[in-house]
Amino acid sequence: MSDKVPITLKINGCAHAISVEPRRTLADAIREDCGQTGTHIGCEHGVCGACTVIVDGAPMRSCLMFAVQADGKNIRTVEGLADGDTLHPMQQAFMDNHALQCGFCTPGFLMLAIGVLEREPDMSDDDLLDVLSSNLCRCTGYQNIVKAVRAAAKEMRK
Amino acid sequence: MSVATKGSGLTWVGRAIRRLEDPALLTGRGRFTADLPAAHWVRFVRSPAAAGKIERIVAPDDALVVTAADLADVKPITPMLHKFEYRPVGQPILADGEVRFVGEAVAAVVAASEEEAEDIADAVELSLADAIPIIDARDALAPGARQIHPSAPGNVILQSRIVTPEFERIWKTAHKTVAFDIRSRRQNATPMEPRAAHAAFDFATGRITLTCTTQMPHLTRTAIADVLGMPERDLRVIAPDVGGGFGQKMSLAPEYVLLVWLARKHQSCFAWTEDRRENLIASFHARDQSIALQGAFDANAKLLALKADIVSNVGAYSCFPTTCGVEPLMAIAELPGPYDFCAYDCRARGVLTNTCTMAPYRGVSRPIITFALERLMDKAARAFAIEPAEIRRRNLISKFPYKSAAGLTFDEASYQETLRIAREATDLPGFRKRQAQGRAQGRYLGIGFATFSERTGYGSPAFAARGMEITPGWETVVLSVDPSGFVEARIGSSPHGQGLRTTLAQIVADQLGITPDRVKVVHGDTDRAPYGWGTFASRSLVICGGATLMAAQKVRAKLLKLASHMLEAAPDDIVLEDGEAKVAGTDRTIPIAKLARESYTQTYRFGGIEPGISETGTYDPPGTFSNACHVAEVEVDIETGRTTVTRYLVAEDAGRIINPMIADGQVHGGVAQGIGNALFEEIVYDENGAPLTATLSDYLTPTAREIPQIELHHLETPSTESLTKAKGLGEGGGIGAPAAVINAINDALSDFGVEIDEMPATPQCIRAALRKAETKA
Amino acid sequence: MKPAPFTRHVPETIDEAVRMLAEVAPQDGRVLAGGQSLVPIMAFRLAKPAHLVDINNVAGLDRLAVEDGSLVIGATVRHAAFHKQVADNPLGPLLSAVARHLAHYPIRTRGTFCGSIAHADPASEWCLVAATLGATMVARSVRGERAIAANDFFEGLMSTALKQDELLAEVRLPLLASDTRFGFVEFSRRAGDFAMTAALVTWRFENGAMCDVRVGIGGAEPSPRRIVEAEGVLNGQVPGDAPFRAAAEAAANAIEPMEDHQTSAEYRRDLVRAMVRRSLEQSAQ
Repeated sequence: MSDKVPITLKINGCAHAISVEPRRTLADAIREDCGQTGTHIGCEHGVCGACTVIVDGAPMRSCLMFAVQADGKNIRTVEGLADGDTLHPMQQAFMDNHALQCGFCTPGFLMLAIGVLEREPDMSDDDLLDVLSSNLCRCTGYQNIVKAVRAAAKEMRK
Repeated sequence: MSVATKGSGLTWVGRAIRRLEDPALLTGRGRFTADLPAAHWVRFVRSPAAAGKIERIVAPDDALVVTAADLADVKPITPMLHKFEYRPVGQPILADGEVRFVGEAVAAVVAASEEEAEDIADAVELSLADAIPIIDARDALAPGARQIHPSAPGNVILQSRIVTPEFERIWKTAHKTVAFDIRSRRQNATPMEPRAAHAAFDFATGRITLTCTTQMPHLTRTAIADVLGMPERDLRVIAPDVGGGFGQKMSLAPEYVLLVWLARKHQSCFAWTEDRRENLIASFHARDQSIALQGAFDANAKLLALKADIVSNVGAYSCFPTTCGVEPLMAIAELPGPYDFCAYDCRARGVLTNTCTMAPYRGVSRPIITFALERLMDKAARAFAIEPAEIRRRNLISKFPYKSAAGLTFDEASYQETLRIAREATDLPGFRKRQAQGRAQGRYLGIGFATFSERTGYGSPAFAARGMEITPGWETVVLSVDPSGFVEARIGSSPHGQGLRTTLAQIVADQLGITPDRVKVVHGDTDRAPYGWGTFASRSLVICGGATLMAAQKVRAKLLKLASHMLEAAPDDIVLEDGEAKVAGTDRTIPIAKLARESYTQTYRFGGIEPGISETGTYDPPGTFSNACHVAEVEVDIETGRTTVTRYLVAEDAGRIINPMIADGQVHGGVAQGIGNALFEEIVYDENGAPLTATLSDYLTPTAREIPQIELHHLETPSTESLTKAKGLGEGGGIGAPAAVINAINDALSDFGVEIDEMPATPQCIRAALRKAETKA
Repeated sequence: MKPAPFTRHVPETIDEAVRMLAEVAPQDGRVLAGGQSLVPIMAFRLAKPAHLVDINNVAGLDRLAVEDGSLVIGATVRHAAFHKQVADNPLGPLLSAVARHLAHYPIRTRGTFCGSIAHADPASEWCLVAATLGATMVARSVRGERAIAANDFFEGLMSTALKQDELLAEVRLPLLASDTRFGFVEFSRRAGDFAMTAALVTWRFENGAMCDVRVGIGGAEPSPRRIVEAEGVLNGQVPGDAPFRAAAEAAANAIEPMEDHQTSAEYRRDLVRAMVRRSLEQSAQ
């Protein structure tokens, strides 16, 4: 064990003052120290993408970053997407298109798709497919995820 | 959800309504086992060797470490079959005296955080006297091979044989025979959520609540209580949101037992989350089988007789409750598939080795036997110089009920029709033209068919036939309407992505004339849900759906009775719609909510009716077969061996579809796993039994790039063996894909004289086959 | 799968960074940049560095600019910077074409070019680029600056000429002649997986024939390198299927292939042959 370091994680606009070992990953800190369990852990070695969050506007794998590195950065997770009862167009599109079954990989896909489309709203369908091949899903076979993300991309461009 | 219902009859069933499960899951409010806080975290120390005696375990001072020595009062997990010469094999919760596979849990460490627990686990010293491990099933079967368990001579855990009358005579009448071997390599279901367990002691009641990633909460409770020798009433098991199971989470994990033991002993709260490496090496594997197959055909390419020898490498122990007999027994029982022939001679054996134990994985043996049989059909088609689709047309069953060569009864289905639809949708002549053009340009396109049946929704008779000591099968649903008029269905099934909260609500909504959002389906918590068998084997919609329908019909009858009192009309004149009970043809109406309330609060007015509204349905059907034809088009890059699936088509019949969107999703997901099985996924051990595929960069599940758009065509042959007329379809997607894809590869490479009869058909394997054929030529 | 404990050091200048590194390197102290390669290794506990020098806050390390005929890439420049063309030179589209093959989008927003070079995974695309184009790696330590040519930099599997207290401060890629053609192809099992073999080719036309040919192979041997046997086949030839196949064959025979449970020596050669031929084809379009 090493000494804990006090940091502040700004998640979805809320500041969480926590104290963590340097080795604690951002994923674990978000989930355990800040109580935001919507971000899931599927592999801890940066392959499955279930832990994807948006940090300072860029989608990244929170299992590959240490929480201490995210001190002071703007972090967005799945819990911050809806506006009260109104779902984000991406969330709505996932529901309308049956793009989730067990729901475990879903937050990662949502943050990945939103993070990328906010940076590149006019991304081509083919490039979008490349992006979506970043994350693993075992339930849906991807077809409906692709459909949902394309539908949401259109909405988001409006 | 505000669309008005119109009269009686099906209004919600058959519609693609959005899932009631989704809002929570989409907003990060799902509740998965690893989301629970805990006072203590557990980490398992796992064997680095595949076999050997444990000499010494040395733990750091002050560390809380549990070994088998602490668990003398805990029974090993010993599933049982009373047939097929099954040899019972017990798995101790922590390795006791010896280890039998790499990854087997040898000790458990407890600390205040996961990180600390891992630090301590790393510091535990384990001394083993290595023994030479047996990894390959053939080595396990070799005369004189070391016995992995004293109770299983020759390392055979069970054996089954079927020989139909006059087999030899029929075999000898063959015009042509085809013989070959297939190899199915080890798979891991790889749900995105690794396993986890959380056990909490409650001082007020003295009970333990185990929250865990299980597909069978009630049986988990029964089994753990039994193994620990505790009253079952003191254990509550909760399957919360579970991130995929595919069968891997239906088998009892020794780790769950250990967590409950800790909670009881220390009267506190303990949690364990499996990491991905542990899931890949030490959860449960599947599908490590070899089949030697021979088919005898008459002069018209009609299959007359099938001979097979099936060897299933089941690993080091036996999974609970099905036992590791499940793969070989299902293989021998269902290998004849949907083809019309009666002579069958088959032997199936389950063989123990020093590898991770197998458990059922979506489709269990069906992807393998379908692969074997469909390769047979394609090879025979070539031998007879007819199209693969044609040989199937000549052999698929078409009269029902049909009794298979193995004694299974196939109910009404549409084998020929799905083949015909798939064939038409594919435009076979057009494909052959493109294929020829491609060859001229040095591009190798291929097409592959797979026709198969999927045994679904089978209740206890099927499990009893295997002689399982624990015989699952029936399902119970308790449906109640509370005084507020809202409906609750408490079910014994345990969905984990299948959308049952929505589809069952649709069934209830149709019966009661309400909207599905007024129906809450409660499952997973053994304190709230009636005893049931969970969700696996494509059963829940059929069996739990049937029980739901039964209970809903009873509730409907009661509501009509109540309404007839209130509205002074005969029950036959009353209609339930739009949340009201109405006398047909009049404006006399009363809200269902009011009926419900008064059944509790004004019971005396209804003259002898039982108070409240709560009805039970229990359903235990024999099973019903759905069917499908899958077609895959591929392009094989002969320089690199890479196969790209360029088109994938499914024509399927799963009886009445309750929610088309959910049904399609099941097929998509199954096909994706099947394509993974066909081309990418393989658990590899080295000769010392060390796993070489222990990360997601090594065990390759497909991404969005590898799965094409799947074209779905539906038929609905209402099931005669299912109350809702629905058949199951959860596994079908995975059953047909390996056969279709690998048949397509063989079709693409037919000029080269290669036969690919193994899966996955990796680029390396295809290049090796091509190189071998080149040197022969 | 949690990393072992470590102490994190956060320098703000490069001088601070190399001073800290000098102090902690003897106790298995390492540089943390993007973390996309290091953190998984730490999660598996294949490495348990007691100290990490986190250079993400160091001023000036994110430099990406053309200077003295080279593209200078600083230590904290992310892979994603190359999604667009960063130089008005064939190097721009070349790096952008390669970047698309590098892992996945969310890895590229964080992982660094120099981190890949220092990590020296045989499958690394940037290492292949550096070896093929003759990059210069600039190491900094308390002893000052040291320029290491690509030929001298890659020493073997995950092993480079960097001393344990040296930080790879920048990589300099020489700009290419304005009429340089390039081709890049890699083979991986799935989208975004490690390359099992990658080929990078560059060349120019002179009097209708190929010249200045560079054929680089990565992923097939412990380190990436130029395959002179293949280059020899092509220089002076008119580009076409026959010389491309001959070069591919020469490359396949010239390598000492890495083998593993899924890749035999012959299969690796198959891949080299295919990737070289295809990258040449691509470059000729």
